[in-house]
Amino acid sequence: MITEKEIWSALEIVKDPEIPTLSMVDMGIITKVEVRGESNVYVEMTPTFTGCPAIKMMENMVADRLKEIGIETIQVTTTFDKPWNSNKLTERGLMCLKKHGLAPPPKHEGEITMELLEHSICPHCGSKNTDMKTPFGPTLCRSMHYCNDCLQAFEQFKPVV
Amino acid sequence: MEHIKELLYKMADDLLVIGHRNSEWTGLGPILEEDIAFSSMAQDKIGHSQALFQILHQLGEPEPDTNAFMREAKQFHNAQFLELQNDDYDFSTIRHFLFDHADQLRFDNLANSSYEPLAKVARKIKGELKYHVFHADIWLNKLGNGNEESHARMQTALNNAWNYALGMFEKGDYEEQLIADTIFEGEQSLQNRWLAVITPIIEKANLKIPAEKDWEPVLGGRKGYHTENLDQLVNEMSEVFRIEPGVEW
Repeated sequence: MITEKEIWSALEIVKDPEIPTLSMVDMGIITKVEVRGESNVYVEMTPTFTGCPAIKMMENMVADRLKEIGIETIQVTTTFDKPWNSNKLTERGLMCLKKHGLAPPPKHEGEITMELLEHSICPHCGSKNTDMKTPFGPTLCRSMHYCNDCLQAFEQFKPVV
Repeated sequence: MEHIKELLYKMADDLLVIGHRNSEWTGLGPILEEDIAFSSMAQDKIGHSQALFQILHQLGEPEPDTNAFMREAKQFHNAQFLELQNDDYDFSTIRHFLFDHADQLRFDNLANSSYEPLAKVARKIKGELKYHVFHADIWLNKLGNGNEESHARMQTALNNAWNYALGMFEKGDYEEQLIADTIFEGEQSLQNRWLAVITPIIEKANLKIPAEKDWEPVLGGRKGYHTENLDQLVNEMSEVFRIEPGVEW
């Protein structure tokens, strides 16, 4: 019988549809994997943002991947039992964001303050001499910033508690 | 469960209606960043409303899309404040400020609700709302302390919005039961906390809350009494869904 560990590693190649360098596992949005019998797998997911329009698509991508490795009975659901927050991104996840040109979210201590949002680290040159232009961006999970040193605009994956 | 349904309906409808109004700024914002901000907040609000409609569905109400798009205006429980037209950017910003602080405080409280399905969703949503409140506070301050025109327009918008905003705290029929069951703190307590939070921010923006003797909350929205603005909004919002309900677009 397939193990939960094998399911987790099979899911590592399922990427975020909006950030193709980042896997859903590293993003921290897959919250539970359960083998419920011979070829019967249950997966729980949780969205980064409640209004994320990609969550249905991501559920389908997870189900497709499980089908691909031969699982016959698949149930994928979205719950808020273990809600996402940006500290759930893995170390590899943070690296992947950077590789994609996005500033990773700074670790938070359970509180998001203006100070945490200002002066994020530019993913292009590493400078901290940056300004937040707006807390909203091209997707719900990104804010927009400007680097005063390399004079480039950049986006940050928002810290969320 | 009627008391919980009442609470969920008024919140879901507030969020759906303001979400739709926010979306009307898409493509029309005064600057690109504001266009994006209101569009993002629209998406958040509608997502929050969908999460609440989902709980209602689990309590036996219609599924979320049907509930959102197949009711008539008189079946909506939103406060009238939220259905008013966007008007200019000044009014939209004031409404955004007044509503989002109330929304943030409401979800903060509900994160500790004894009704666990709602508490779970609230714990997630309250974190996201931080960004809405930051955004509102920044613009209230910028425009309130801007030039003479921006200050005057913000003060007028605040005066016009105020009694409608007080209508957000209209009590429902199950108020006491919700409080007794520790599901929700109740509208009076929420309004008190809201006033305590927004007053110093408004003062810092060099604006004045209307004198208390003139406070006359605009009530009725929670009971299905609405302005014609809601008919317009519901018709426009549901137009596509109603062409063929249930079809996958």
